[in-house]
Amino acid sequence: MIEARETQTPPVEAPPRRRAPAFTAERIDMSHGAGGKATHKLIEGLILPAFDNPALAPLADAATLVCGGLRLALTTDAFVVHPLRFPGGSIGELAVNGTVNDLAVSGATPLGLSVAFILEEGLETAILRRELEAMAAAAKRAGVAITTGDTKVVERGKGDGLYIVTTGVGVVDPALSLSATSVRPGDQILCSGTLGDHGIAILIARGNLELEAEVLSDTLALTPLTKALQEAAGPGLRFMRDPTRGGVGTVLNELARDTGYGIVIREETLPVREVVQGACEILGLDPLYVANEGKLLAVVAPDRAEAALEALRSVPGGEEAALIGEVREEPARMVLMHTQFGGTRMIDMLIGDPLPRIC
Amino acid sequence: MKYVNEFRDAALARAVAAEIAALARAGRRYKIMEICGGHTHTIYRHGIKDLLPAPVELVHGPGCPVCVLPMGRVDEGIAIAERPEVIFTCFGDMMRVPGSKGTLLEVKARGADIRMVYSPLDALRLARENPEREVVFYAIGFETTAPSTALTLMRARKEGLTNFSVFSNHVTIVPPVRALLDSPELRLDAFIGPGHVSTVIGCRPYSFITQDYGKPVVVAGFEPLDLLQSILMLMRQLAEGRCEVENQYTRSVPWEGNLQALKCMAEVFELRPYFEWRGLGFIAQSALKLSAAYADFDAEVRFGSPGLRVADPKACQCGEVLKGVLKPWECKVFGTACTPEHPLGALMVSSEGACAAYFNFGRRAMERENVIPLQVETVSGAGS
Repeated sequence: MIEARETQTPPVEAPPRRRAPAFTAERIDMSHGAGGKATHKLIEGLILPAFDNPALAPLADAATLVCGGLRLALTTDAFVVHPLRFPGGSIGELAVNGTVNDLAVSGATPLGLSVAFILEEGLETAILRRELEAMAAAAKRAGVAITTGDTKVVERGKGDGLYIVTTGVGVVDPALSLSATSVRPGDQILCSGTLGDHGIAILIARGNLELEAEVLSDTLALTPLTKALQEAAGPGLRFMRDPTRGGVGTVLNELARDTGYGIVIREETLPVREVVQGACEILGLDPLYVANEGKLLAVVAPDRAEAALEALRSVPGGEEAALIGEVREEPARMVLMHTQFGGTRMIDMLIGDPLPRIC
Repeated sequence: MKYVNEFRDAALARAVAAEIAALARAGRRYKIMEICGGHTHTIYRHGIKDLLPAPVELVHGPGCPVCVLPMGRVDEGIAIAERPEVIFTCFGDMMRVPGSKGTLLEVKARGADIRMVYSPLDALRLARENPEREVVFYAIGFETTAPSTALTLMRARKEGLTNFSVFSNHVTIVPPVRALLDSPELRLDAFIGPGHVSTVIGCRPYSFITQDYGKPVVVAGFEPLDLLQSILMLMRQLAEGRCEVENQYTRSVPWEGNLQALKCMAEVFELRPYFEWRGLGFIAQSALKLSAAYADFDAEVRFGSPGLRVADPKACQCGEVLKGVLKPWECKVFGTACTPEHPLGALMVSSEGACAAYFNFGRRAMERENVIPLQVETVSGAGS
């Protein structure tokens, strides 16, 4: 996704962004799509300079556009997942939830979605029908309508069956001021549930690992969770983001960079399903970098943290929410983790695709 | 998680750390090398350094097969991968290892058919499914992974597959350790022996370290408590004046190793007279090639690999870091010209490479340590 991500509210005084990294690669390779450092370089070194404008500059999950006193959130996302259907969901459901979630974590109520289909010659109609039904059901659950769209067909071999692009527009709650610039040292970091379910479900569904495990994708519309947080924390809610591609580790690094503060998390508080942990141990992956599709990270003022946690846990999809860490003055622009074992380690941004270790 | 959490118990860790601290004599430094890259990864991932008393220093060894691969071998692999008839298969780690003209990931973006596999058997399956294509497996690893390559080749021959071959970069652990011990710059007190390699070769091959060089060895597992316990066992040996090969990883490592695996390796491979190691130069009898009986499956023969030798980038100090003479951050290009994203040296590529592990997990520790004047012995050889 070349996601023009959004900023929630026009930031008052954004901290000076560090010099944009130069984009020097001669060709696009797979690491540019993995959501880590290479993706950042592509966006900040090539795409952002080309389109340079104040609404794009904060690179948030959705852009905020002001219209007649209303703040509108606008976001878009492309879905190229393989296989099209996986335990716990399918590409259609993901396409609706992903865009709804980018609006939700921007504090916006979705108004409507648009959808573009890129269909590969030979795609079975039954599959398309199934995905349309999945999209309709997901939209209904999220309380949003799919209001416009486009369809293109490409020759066989030029698409992976079906690609879906969704765009969403929503109205931002006027009482909210969500942004990295609102974050203060002492603020608490909440995670709405278990990490890595989606990424591991997809890896297993691809079938080439010969791993057998029951892992379901966590794809879910986050709107009920974000609403609950807004009610429980009010203005104490500083920042939200959904840790999709690149995982929680990448979002926390973005937060550290954008706030200029340090982020400290505690390994033993990270909610990770045993089966996901097991798959990660076998494959040499770190759940902190594995994708989620129905989780959010929230930064909440310390006095509202307990209430926010309770609120999250009371909503379906948030039962396993946890307080995972806090924002500190030091170490600036860095994410640290106190390991379960009693040590400390740095959490860097994901580099390249998560590559399995060989031995 | 069962069988994992037991080995990550913080209270036990503190107890073991206290015992280690109690054994450390005032005024003495203890330099312990962990040979295996998997141990390096564990040390950083769990922050084990934070638990060790200041006099105990861990030095990262040469046991990451990706890191010791010289550029020429990467270039030769890339040359095969670029052939139109070839489906080139390799483990994920290899994709970002820089050759002199780029990485496999970049070659893939230019159109080569390169596929990441999790097992050599996946490559064999590809060969079966694509009889019109040449499927090449880029084999890499110490004795840990060599048996699986051997078994794959045995199966390929049994099935009569003619479109499958292996580009062997398998290396053996003992010769580089001996080369390190012979290096005059090196001052070490003890060794943490590699766990996975030892599941295959057993503990006996390390006895030269104790007998010829007088350094204790403890073969260790890969969980953080395994490492702490093995450090404690080494400290006890040093305190009691013993010098033995001990096995901490008894739940996986039989003393004699895995005879069946060794037999398969002996059938499929033979020792090369010499092999180039990145940073360590040529080491005699340190790598495996396909034996005469399996020469039909040897990609070097099939594609006529010329045996390229490419000099490492001048600025790289991988050799000194591999030998434990320099700390990763003391390398001239660490974190500047050489980062995990754009590695110059292989130590920055694999998550088991000392530099990548340091960069990803330990930079804060580095900054902290940099404030303290470096020990004289750790800077010897710096700036060479």
